[in-house]
Amino acid sequence: MNELLLGLADDELIIGWRDSEWTGIAPMLEEDVAFSSIAQNEIGHARAVYELLTDDADALALDREPAEYRCAPLVELRLLDWAHAIARRWLYEQADEIRISALREDGDARIAGLAAKINREEAYHRMHAEMWHERLRDELRFRDAVAELWPYALGVLPPAQRGELASRTGLAEVGAVERGTHTDDLAQLWDEMTMVRRSQPAGTQW
Amino acid sequence: MTAEQVWAALDEIADPEIPVISLVDLGVIRSVDVHDGHVRVEFTPTFLGCPALEAMKTAMEEKVAGLGAEPEVRVISDDSWSTDRITPAGREKLRTAGFAPPAPREASAPQLVQLQSKAFRCPYCGSTETKLENIFGPTPCRSLRYCESCRQPFEQFKTI
Repeated sequence: MNELLLGLADDELIIGWRDSEWTGIAPMLEEDVAFSSIAQNEIGHARAVYELLTDDADALALDREPAEYRCAPLVELRLLDWAHAIARRWLYEQADEIRISALREDGDARIAGLAAKINREEAYHRMHAEMWHERLRDELRFRDAVAELWPYALGVLPPAQRGELASRTGLAEVGAVERGTHTDDLAQLWDEMTMVRRSQPAGTQW
Repeated sequence: MTAEQVWAALDEIADPEIPVISLVDLGVIRSVDVHDGHVRVEFTPTFLGCPALEAMKTAMEEKVAGLGAEPEVRVISDDSWSTDRITPAGREKLRTAGFAPPAPREASAPQLVQLQSKAFRCPYCGSTETKLENIFGPTPCRSLRYCESCRQPFEQFKTI
């Protein structure tokens, strides 16, 4: 299986899950709507990429053990603070744009076509992140959150693409929190995310 | 059965979330092929995470089956659908229902400064004195704007 695509799909699924946790409790109604919509898009991207890899996207998304997921630790973190939530969105979208741009040049037309489609939707996520970054970038609390999450953000990308992320964000490259290891937060998320699936026999229709 | 009959039947299917417009108006049906009682429809989603995707697929299958043919609906997840594919009739139906139709797609991705500019027209009074309230709205395909002339909030179709 294509490890790069599986990592991308897992990232989108898990960050979509994390973003959806703000539904109903974001600091303002507009952000309830924004985070919910972004989450919906990210999970839609995950599904489309899983479908490139398998005939049963739900099985691939939900029937693995936590250790088998290929997501980057950045997306797993349970962030209860708005500054951290926005710092992650901003860092994640910057990294995501770099890898999606590369996939648009892929030799496989299905991958390149899907990447182009995803990029059209992500443009709106990037605008949302940019708007918040402009608003918060001089706030100490936000800068601390960015600094704390920066090694995780580097881990979203393979080493060859990290220099570009550093130059885009204006942050110095440091040691990355690498994909392949998992944080303790993933187990709790996985338990909740797969609960319904595990409680029903395979093949249950909704 | 001819492809024209299938297109006409598909034109009766309303968008599940914006029922004023049909799937044909929306431009999401890329092709219809008829072969010996077998109808293949290629369909491009608006947004990949659109929750109405399954409902649209089922509606198309039922419509084709209702014509007495064997349906095959293929979902094509590439960049071939754009809001530019919404038909002129579809754009007019959107506008009269209070949804501002999307701006044309440009070569580069849309930018925040564009959304924050006053280039978007209120579907109620026609003024461009409108401001961005939220990039996101009730469905992934829409943003929220506010018209400062007639003091009416409205939904703006995103350009994709």
